[in-house]
Amino acid sequence: MEMFPNQTRLIQGNQAMTHGALYAGARFYAGYPITPSSEIAEECSVLMPKLGGMYIQMEDEIAGIAAVIGASLAGAKAFTATSGPGFSLMQENLGFAVMGEIPCVVINVQRSGPSTGLATKPAQADVMQARWGRHGDQTLIVLCPASVVECFELTVQAFNFAEKYRIPVILAADEVVAHMREGFSIPEEGELAVIDRKKPSCSPRDYKPFKADADGIAPLASYGSEYVFHVSSSMHGPDGFSNNDPANAARKIEQLHSKIEVHRDEIVITRSFQIEDAEVLLVAFGITTRASRAAARTAREAGIKAGVLQLLTLWPFPDKEIRFAAERAQTIIVPEMNYAGQVAGEVQRVVGPDRDIRRVNRYNGQIITPDDILKVMAL
Amino acid sequence: MTPPVIREKSRYEIILAGAGGQGLILSAIILGEAAIREGKKVVQTQSYGIATRGGLSEAEVIIDSEEIVFQQVRNPDIILAMTEGTFEKFCDLARTGTLIFYDETFLEERKGNNLCGLPFTRSARNLGQGGSANLIALGAIVARTGVVRMESLVHVVTETFPVGTIEVNIKALRLGESLIAEHKD
Repeated sequence: MEMFPNQTRLIQGNQAMTHGALYAGARFYAGYPITPSSEIAEECSVLMPKLGGMYIQMEDEIAGIAAVIGASLAGAKAFTATSGPGFSLMQENLGFAVMGEIPCVVINVQRSGPSTGLATKPAQADVMQARWGRHGDQTLIVLCPASVVECFELTVQAFNFAEKYRIPVILAADEVVAHMREGFSIPEEGELAVIDRKKPSCSPRDYKPFKADADGIAPLASYGSEYVFHVSSSMHGPDGFSNNDPANAARKIEQLHSKIEVHRDEIVITRSFQIEDAEVLLVAFGITTRASRAAARTAREAGIKAGVLQLLTLWPFPDKEIRFAAERAQTIIVPEMNYAGQVAGEVQRVVGPDRDIRRVNRYNGQIITPDDILKVMAL
Repeated sequence: MTPPVIREKSRYEIILAGAGGQGLILSAIILGEAAIREGKKVVQTQSYGIATRGGLSEAEVIIDSEEIVFQQVRNPDIILAMTEGTFEKFCDLARTGTLIFYDETFLEERKGNNLCGLPFTRSARNLGQGGSANLIALGAIVARTGVVRMESLVHVVTETFPVGTIEVNIKALRLGESLIAEHKD
């Protein structure tokens, strides 16, 4: 559907992510529809042609991400959307996008697994897959929304990070937030920053597609332009051609990581709710943030000083922010919709083995409620 | 006309439950959108299985004048049960004050406070639009509870449905309204 600024409408999370992508300038979508992300493909199939963009339904998710990578190299802001089974299929090509430093956005609307699992039910069990799903020394950025507004804003942010750092960005939504509807009005053009990739200013002859500037990122020319260049999944030098020199390999791996590490303060987004005096710290992400905030509010009414640290960026992991918030807290609780405690384990790593972390886990396709959380607060 | 049992308040929690294919999520969206047009905060969620038709389907709407933090219904004010299964699931809540509407087409009349049985599906069939039971029920709920204004609902239906089907859908809403006017508790 079309949206107009200053007009509040009941908008679905999937719609908001689609419109966030369009707002950020995305004009290419390729993918294979899958519950609970299908509305993104549906919306793109209608809106992309109207905006002069392109929508292609591919034969599967492997082809979907491959087309996105090709479109991005040709200069378009490109994205795809999927869920667990499709996200698994995309991993190899995502590794290619990391190695080739190709900006792209992949929305993974998490559903209950493994495999087909409970196809219409939510989960937050792809936290580690999003970070480590590819082989080799690699890193990327993962963002995670908890509301329809955040679906929109974090999608814009995902494109900005992808373009600025020449990296794939995963938007790890979940079934509830993607299917949920809330009042939303689209921002005016210019209200949110939109960043475009750096283009080369040198002559085509001097262009080296992987020769990083001082900020750690190389300008990216477009395929089909006068800049003719080579992108390879093999280890390559600044010119893009295969290079087996150990010193070059070490430099490349370091650069893939350092371009994110150096800018981590800009990339790591957290939001805090009454953590200043919190004795009970809830570390939450995605839809579970809302149950956590409701639980914290009930706890405050009962005289327990509880606060919530929401992780909008999951990777790079918000070590510093969690360490700071945990300093004053006596109790740390991590609620998440997975069995193993994928984020709780990371929080434990950050705060050290001596701190007691209370876990709240659900893995039956049902959401975590405020009562589930209050129970571990002994309320 | 039966006086509304729920006086105007700042927050409503509503569950529309039934079988997949009955159009309950659409009803929830229309109700939610109507509340948005009245300047309220709304969260609408749903839960359903992998079958397109049949199987449990539940839609929730929370309407509030303040920010809605937790997105799910915890203390429902209003429930619509379009199948026997969903009625059995929720009927105990009537005793603690939840107003439960149920489809008399599929369920025998039940006695008790806060129960409102109306022939939603039968009326829809009589209208010649078996699929409009969801809107008849929505019209009845709004007429009885005033959770949104009927005009807001009509406005949203006019905007939402394709030209050529608007009239029959508004007729369905009005039919729901008239079921309440005729209904004796």
